[in-house]
Amino acid sequence: MAVREQFHNDLQRIKQAIIKLASATEEALCMSVDALFNQDVILANRIISQDKDIDKQEFSINDRVILLIAKQQPVAEDLRRLIIALRITNDLERMGDNAKNIAKAAIHLGEDHRLTIHEKIKNMRDIALEMLHTAMNAFEFEDISIAGKLSEMDDKMDETYEQVIKEMLEETTTNPEKTQYIMQMAFSARYMERFADHITNIGESILFLVKGESYKLN
Amino acid sequence: MTLVVQKKAAFAMEELNLWYERFHALKDISFQINKNEVTAIIGPSGCGKSTFIKTLNLMALRIPGVKMTGGILFENQNLVTDKTDLVHLRKKVGMIFQKGNPFPQSIYDNVAYGPRIHGIKKRCQLDEIVEEALKRVALWQEVKDRLKRNAFDLSGGQQQRLCIARAIATKPTCLLLDEPTSALDPVSTKSIEELVTELKENYTIVMVTHNMQQAARISDKTAFFLNGEVVEVNTTNKLFSNPEQKETEDYITGRFG
Repeated sequence: MAVREQFHNDLQRIKQAIIKLASATEEALCMSVDALFNQDVILANRIISQDKDIDKQEFSINDRVILLIAKQQPVAEDLRRLIIALRITNDLERMGDNAKNIAKAAIHLGEDHRLTIHEKIKNMRDIALEMLHTAMNAFEFEDISIAGKLSEMDDKMDETYEQVIKEMLEETTTNPEKTQYIMQMAFSARYMERFADHITNIGESILFLVKGESYKLN
Repeated sequence: MTLVVQKKAAFAMEELNLWYERFHALKDISFQINKNEVTAIIGPSGCGKSTFIKTLNLMALRIPGVKMTGGILFENQNLVTDKTDLVHLRKKVGMIFQKGNPFPQSIYDNVAYGPRIHGIKKRCQLDEIVEEALKRVALWQEVKDRLKRNAFDLSGGQQQRLCIARAIATKPTCLLLDEPTSALDPVSTKSIEELVTELKENYTIVMVTHNMQQAARISDKTAFFLNGEVVEVNTTNKLFSNPEQKETEDYITGRFG
């Protein structure tokens, strides 16, 4: 196989590994929200242990990218493609951590907190998932018009987060004895909002890849 | 032809064309090379980069059947159309080739050769020039006790540095380097690259290189040649990170060439 062809195949394999890592973070987020709503501590513990696999995937992608930079000494768009692979992988790993933190909140809440989990957390999850699908679509096709949509979606996430926090604060005044539980819910909402911020970072990486300049989406 | 030349330009090319008999080797080359900068010339084999660098000291004219039109402005003179004093031009514009090519003489005589033919005869004056030039290329410490030894006794990297010392002994303003490290090992390459970076303080340097990373490491500007034309001239930072022309991107990322 020609050297150049081998390089492109390696780049393609790194791309597929990143898409696989994104699926793992998506699964972690869905499971963590399920654990939160179903008071499922067993599931929450499984998410925490599965996060180690996400970390392993991150290390593996990083090693492959570094090796490729050292061996191929890429420049211009090829170099940016590898730099954003490192950045996106880092964002996805942090998103996995956010899902893990929601699982930890579910464990703190326990199986008998007698609290109604705020429904809007599910809305936040849906926005996050839609953003993740959009980002991965933009990443796969290197399409900046798709990546550009993330800015508006993140605004929607921030708005929902603010509403959730406001309503939770009101709840602490009416049910002060439940403050520690409400705090765990608020933390979960915060982790979800951070999850979405990392997705906008992915969008920014795609803009950097295509345009060769840095842009801010949020 | 009236050339609009920036003050900081050492060479200003305007619609420079060159033919080897019927073969059109350089086509409408127009750009400027700044003083005290390293300008790298890159491009695939046969694109005209070595031909171009040889026009800057009119060495190209030595080849039978060569015809040039257009302009190369150097020190307020159009090298193409005006009657140029070649001895003066080559004193001002030194050239270093792919492989170190010392004269079959002593180390001392190699460096003293240029100043001697330009009329310096006094031994003490020549001693000073030789020492200064050899110090400038960081060769003095290595050879000061064997200046009378044959230059061919030196290693490849030392020979190349000796040739640079020989070139700068005539106090040029520009140095042309045609793939100066392609025959050297990585350690000698590094020493030449460091030397080039130091020398740009006092000289304008134009360097043809096939080594993309070398151009990226040590040049301030890079010109990409293709099929005898200049496709892009840009700052090296821009050209290697986000080039403006698709052909440049394809070449530097190895998609062709």
